[in-house]
Amino acid sequence: MKQYFSEIYTGGKSLVEGLGVTFKALFQPIVTVQYPREEIDITPNYRGHIDLVLDPEKNTFLCISCGMCEKACPSDCIKIKGEKLEGEKKKTLVLFELDFTKCSLCGACVESCPKDALEFSQEYNLAAFSREAFHFDILKRLEERRT
Amino acid sequence: MLESDFQKKNRFFLNMGPQHPSTHGVLLIVLEMSGEYVLDPQPVLGFIHRMHEKMAESRPCQSFMPNTARMDYVCALPYNHGYVSLVERKAGIEVPRRAEYIRVITSELNRVASHLLWLGAYLLDLGAFTPILYGFDDREHILDILEDITGSRLTYCYYRFGGVNQDIDDKFVDSTRAFIKRLRKRFVIYEKLVTKNIIFIKRTENIGIVSPDMALRYGMTGPNLRGSGIAYDVRKNEPYSIYPEFDFEVPVGEQGDCLDRYMVRVREMEQSLRIIEQALDRLPEGPVRAKVPKNIKLSPGDCNFAVEAARGELSYYLVGDGTGVPYRLKVRVPSYSNLSCLPELGRGILLPDLVSILGSFDLVIPEMDR
Repeated sequence: MKQYFSEIYTGGKSLVEGLGVTFKALFQPIVTVQYPREEIDITPNYRGHIDLVLDPEKNTFLCISCGMCEKACPSDCIKIKGEKLEGEKKKTLVLFELDFTKCSLCGACVESCPKDALEFSQEYNLAAFSREAFHFDILKRLEERRT
Repeated sequence: MLESDFQKKNRFFLNMGPQHPSTHGVLLIVLEMSGEYVLDPQPVLGFIHRMHEKMAESRPCQSFMPNTARMDYVCALPYNHGYVSLVERKAGIEVPRRAEYIRVITSELNRVASHLLWLGAYLLDLGAFTPILYGFDDREHILDILEDITGSRLTYCYYRFGGVNQDIDDKFVDSTRAFIKRLRKRFVIYEKLVTKNIIFIKRTENIGIVSPDMALRYGMTGPNLRGSGIAYDVRKNEPYSIYPEFDFEVPVGEQGDCLDRYMVRVREMEQSLRIIEQALDRLPEGPVRAKVPKNIKLSPGDCNFAVEAARGELSYYLVGDGTGVPYRLKVRVPSYSNLSCLPELGRGILLPDLVSILGSFDLVIPEMDR
């Protein structure tokens, strides 16, 4: 009988203490961020999908279309093509496609690049209705950034 | 267990999962029931099999790195750690000391994050909603810290053969120290909110008792084994990396019930914080990545490497044939063995108790199926 009441006492006390924690939390600053209306700054090290680096001096890409990233990719996401244009000694990049549906953001392509011509983008708000929307034309994205 | 004539005549089968919230993933458990009592629970696996081992055998060993994180998405860094260490052992690659320190710090942070998520999810299984919000709040800090250096939030691909991808900076060290201070204060809240709560104790004490003998028979590892009173921790018993240099304890339970498994994990978080603190104090200067040949050749013969993941002993077994592609890679995951004792353990118990037991095992289904 004594044990029964002491259990009720300790049990009741534990519940009140737990409620005390919740009560205290009521007066603490709000930590929830109302996402679509508010946004948190993203870290500069965030790894989004890859993008070509824009060379500010030449106002073009640094890529020499060697194909190292294509080889390094574990999931065959990258497709690049370089062509010898008239009057040029070296190959020029004409196609850079990324199949983002297969990419696992491991960063092997960026690391393998001998010219540091690839970087991670900061995009994380990615949602679309079709699979094709994630077949990115990276070269076109660069053209859009060009001034 | 009392069974009336009506119940005896009307035994039925109940499918728990693969979309049941308390199976934490696509796990199906076929339960033979009599009223509210479970007669025979049989787990059915294979809903999320992705051929990870086969994938490892069909591509160069570097290309398997992103896969390791996807086996256990809750505690991915120890999975990275096991794989890079395995290939380093096989190819004889020396890792710089600073890189080993960074690996230990980040792995332990990830372990704490995993235990925090488990704590919240377990309480959610038992019907308490509030603790997961506190757990997520703390876990969010760890994810932010790790995101800053690894670039991703959950499925990390941070370690590389011969080191790590990116060096840590003062910001990382400061925010980790601040987090340790914060979490120590939060442990007091968890104790008040959860550990001492009478409803929680009633739902976990003396439920799902795994005897030491039974735990060994089924090959259980990690906090589930330590909850049964056996102090086996790969970090202590088969030390790898720089763990022998740190001073930490291996918490053990007494009788192996759900409460013991809970207590082991909570105390383990404190020990992880101790390891991180010591590692931050002694962090050496130097390079974080050794020079590694571009095409790593795996010499003929086999090699094994075991690490302590958040759920138990994770071991990679690799057979090489002289090329860069592994001939065979076998991953031994802890959750599979931990679950295998369920049919024996779950006989003749109440259904809510089965949910409590399942939660206390801290199962990650993608890790079992691979």
